[in-house]
Amino acid sequence: MAAAAKLMDFDKALEMFEPVLGFEVHIELNTNTKMFSDAPNPANEKYHAAEPNTLIAPVDMGLPGAMPAVNETAIRSSISLGLALGCSIAESSRFARKNYFYPDLGKNYQISQYDEPIAYQGSVVVELEDGTLVTVPIERAHMEEDAGKLTHMGGATGRIQGAEYSLVDYNRAGVPLVEIVTDIIYGTEHRAPEVAKAYVSTIRDIVRSLGISEARLERGNLRCDANVSLRPRVAEGEEPAPLGTRTETKNVNSMRSVERAVRHEIQRQAQILADGGTIIQETRHWHEDTGTTSPGRPKSDADDYRYFPEPDLLPVQPTAALIEELRAELPEQPVARRRRLKAEWNFTDLEFQDVRNGALIDEVEATIAAGATPAAARKWWTGEVSRLANAQGKDAAVLISPENVAALQKLIDEGTLTDKLARQVLEGVIAGEGTPQEVVEGRGLAVVSDDGALIAAIDDALAAQPDVMAKIKDGKVQAAGAVIGAVMKAMKGQADAARVRELILERAAQ
Amino acid sequence: MSDIIRWTAAELADKLSAGEVSSREATQAHLDRIAAVDGDVHAFLHVNEGALAAADAIDTARAAGERLHPLAGVPLAIKDVLVTTDQPTTSGSKILEGYMSPYDATVVARARAAGLVPLGKTNMDEFAMGSSTEHSAYGPTRNPWDLDRVPGGSGGGSAAAVAAFEAPLALGSDTGGSIRQPAHVTGTVGIKPTYGGVSRYGAIALASSLDQVGPVTRTVLDSGLLHDVIGGHDPKDSTSLTDAWPSFAEAAREGARGDVLKGLKVGVIKELPDSGFQAGVAASFRASLDLLEANGAEIVEISTPHFEYGVAAYYLILPAEASSNLAKFDSVRFGLRVTPDGNPTVEDVMSATREAGFGDEVKRRIILGTYALSAGYYDAYYGSAQKVRTLIQRDFDNAFAEVDVIATPSAPTTAFKLGAKIDDPLQMYLNDVTTIPANLAGVPGISIPSGLAEEDGMPVGIQFLAPAHEDARLYRVGAALETALVDSWGAPLLTRAPQLPGGNR
Amino acid sequence: MLARIQLNDDEVTRLTGQLDAIVDNIAKVSEVATPDVAATSHPIPLANVFRPDVVGETLTHEQVLLNAPDAADGRFRVTAILGEEQ
Ligand SMILES: [Mg+2]
Ligand SMILES: [Zn+2]
Repeated sequence: MAAAAKLMDFDKALEMFEPVLGFEVHIELNTNTKMFSDAPNPANEKYHAAEPNTLIAPVDMGLPGAMPAVNETAIRSSISLGLALGCSIAESSRFARKNYFYPDLGKNYQISQYDEPIAYQGSVVVELEDGTLVTVPIERAHMEEDAGKLTHMGGATGRIQGAEYSLVDYNRAGVPLVEIVTDIIYGTEHRAPEVAKAYVSTIRDIVRSLGISEARLERGNLRCDANVSLRPRVAEGEEPAPLGTRTETKNVNSMRSVERAVRHEIQRQAQILADGGTIIQETRHWHEDTGTTSPGRPKSDADDYRYFPEPDLLPVQPTAALIEELRAELPEQPVARRRRLKAEWNFTDLEFQDVRNGALIDEVEATIAAGATPAAARKWWTGEVSRLANAQGKDAAVLISPENVAALQKLIDEGTLTDKLARQVLEGVIAGEGTPQEVVEGRGLAVVSDDGALIAAIDDALAAQPDVMAKIKDGKVQAAGAVIGAVMKAMKGQADAARVRELILERAAQ
Repeated sequence: MSDIIRWTAAELADKLSAGEVSSREATQAHLDRIAAVDGDVHAFLHVNEGALAAADAIDTARAAGERLHPLAGVPLAIKDVLVTTDQPTTSGSKILEGYMSPYDATVVARARAAGLVPLGKTNMDEFAMGSSTEHSAYGPTRNPWDLDRVPGGSGGGSAAAVAAFEAPLALGSDTGGSIRQPAHVTGTVGIKPTYGGVSRYGAIALASSLDQVGPVTRTVLDSGLLHDVIGGHDPKDSTSLTDAWPSFAEAAREGARGDVLKGLKVGVIKELPDSGFQAGVAASFRASLDLLEANGAEIVEISTPHFEYGVAAYYLILPAEASSNLAKFDSVRFGLRVTPDGNPTVEDVMSATREAGFGDEVKRRIILGTYALSAGYYDAYYGSAQKVRTLIQRDFDNAFAEVDVIATPSAPTTAFKLGAKIDDPLQMYLNDVTTIPANLAGVPGISIPSGLAEEDGMPVGIQFLAPAHEDARLYRVGAALETALVDSWGAPLLTRAPQLPGGNR
Repeated sequence: MLARIQLNDDEVTRLTGQLDAIVDNIAKVSEVATPDVAATSHPIPLANVFRPDVVGETLTHEQVLLNAPDAADGRFRVTAILGEEQ
């Protein structure tokens, strides 16, 4: 690995330079089939776990004679996404071949869009943590296909460098992608890293709300390349300095990493420029473990992709009617939706931020829809469920369904479970033991609501502590605590302490 | 010699239906013919071991009273550019030696479904690049009229196979004339359908915006019969047309009755003067025009000023698309792999494989195409060539506003001697001057035999071109002229072909 | 080079000598390809040709690897890769 680069202090870097950003985000669509073939799409949850080289039609591996055919749903999804990004939809767009040799590319060209993308010129409003809104300009969104997957063998780290050989799996080849390219983003200043994170998170929210992608970053459903350049500040009134040379940091695949990578690249470039060095136009690789980037491929001849219109495919010319149909189906914009939900749920800023930062808005909303109160839904998702998810290194959303969370809360509200029992039931549900009701039955965890059993236990406790009843009758109600404790212990916790207390007080009143 | 091989596909089909001959007999007769003459002709790269079994299956089905397609049981030769599951497919290249496709080309699947019996795979210029079949990695095919001469190309194998009576029907592909020009030099019939009229799915792409699959036969009716089987919409080829096509066999039968020539306006291109053609070619063409006129057609001079730019445009578009289409031959998933000594990277292996696996003509065009698409050249080369297509389409539109069909000699010369032009690509390329405009514009074209050139006794063809979607018109006109010509000769032209050495049984 | 073909010196001389002649011929095209002429990329104009998003028959794993020059672990095997992903 490259020696750690010298980094300038972030604030100092911002004093000297203005950061200029740009992003390319690739979204894997969750259509049933691939972009150009009717093979199952591994970016759809249904086919995620397929064995290598089992989701393949002839064109996906470039077999001689095979031809591409465009997936209609992918077109609709791309138009919807373009509209959600505030873009214009091209009256006519077309596919092009991007030619380069690489073993993960079955045809040795990628079918993409070049001079006529399906969507162009839009913008998205992103919200920073303190509620500040920033508008990110979108240059274009275009459709393309993904490449296969390489596994590098025999090297030390599974990296390409030093590998003896590589294995190719073409399942991912042909997965439908939409690549969203921003315009140059100026003026983010010291909030550049935060804007980067908020942008990616907003894109994720948009594709999720559209339902067009699984949008799971850890699976590569959403991949971000971050472009960063710096330009020297000039005195007021002077001509602005020209744009600096940019680097493209590839495959930054979590929200937090996007933020870190942008910050790191600003600090690294600032130090080089301050030392009188020059920035090389290159791609850089993000290393999650060390939080650093390392140099990759410089721009070269190999970037001559020899684009030309794909002769095997025809132009895409969506009708105005189709565009209006899809526009009418658009969900609310994420910022507007968040503001509405926060008001509807009556959450404080802090409470809502908790939910949003955990990317749990959808889950909380669905849990409320399934019958829980907003407060209860929030408490479960940001509390116990998130804690267990963290412990298992998973997304909270995959651990349990909103319906089951609502069902769990209902069992508490009905008095079947105490909070403590409910936590055990939650663990059971997550362990795959069934619905909350099934776990309650399976583990025998329900609160004992049979007063007879409770009275018998109270009798036993009072017999063991004969002076207590007298104290209660004297008005020292807190003395009941000792009896309640003994009853709860005898019932192995499966009793409603409030009911036990009521029964003791009834007895005292007799 | 067995008569069976001399029958047209239509005659053979009738006798199969009538039970006068079995598909096994017909297939065996053609296999025997291949065994006898193909050592000299070398039309086939592979003879189907499963042919007799396929024939037996048809005979069994027929015996069981199943309703069969009229062509069921008729043998079919398949150009090796079309992928087949039961036989290797090489596209005439070493890089694909032994390649077995896991799927059939749509035209092959349709032929099988109709009960046609795949006889084998025919020779071709490597990846269909050439006009002589000398660029096959597996050795040249020879012209059955004169074994020292080329059978045309790239589909020389298919044309020679039907001309040498090794198969009654064959499939070809035509990117710049690869069906029509071999037909011209072998005295056979070939049709390039309207672009999109026949599926390209499973045809190993040379230049995707120009390629079209079509029939190669000895008569116009036989072409119509085969076209009816292979044509029509295929969702696997996005450029495939959804037209409801008429029966081309019906069109050929209608044409053979003769009256379609009455009042037919035949355009002759002013810019293609006789002086540009070998004397015997020009003479045969003029004689055909006279015969058309004698049968009631009107010959009209038309102008197509941009056709002369066709060859130049073609040799930009073709290499550009080919350079991209042939990139998949990289040794990773299929085909040849050459691993150089030392510790080669995958890039080294790809380069060594492509160096060893492609012939000169293929390399030449890949390099030219790579250059034509590279940054800074695209607009001037590929982009400009696409503009020439527009201009040529306009020429056709203007012409077809005045005439029903356009007639040209199918190619400037008769078959040349093997090796005569192989090292002169420019001379070779000029062979396609009459055929290329149809590919650039997407319109259909047919070549039928018009006679023999006086100076060398070699066959000559006449080409007709019709507006896009009007393939049926070509069958009508082609069959009408064919009937008139055969009447004037007293027998089909191919009866005048010399005996092949192994063929005088 | 971009075409990824290893050429020896002889071949470079032979092939590129012929290229020049072809390239000269090609200059002809620019005589008529003026800015006012639209380019035709497809000979027969069509648009919006789409396929329904329905899973079809796929290749079996055996068919996928049928022609593989080298395979391991159900995947295609290649020697070390010099370049990086694009
Ligand atoms: Mg990109
Ligand atoms: Zn991309």
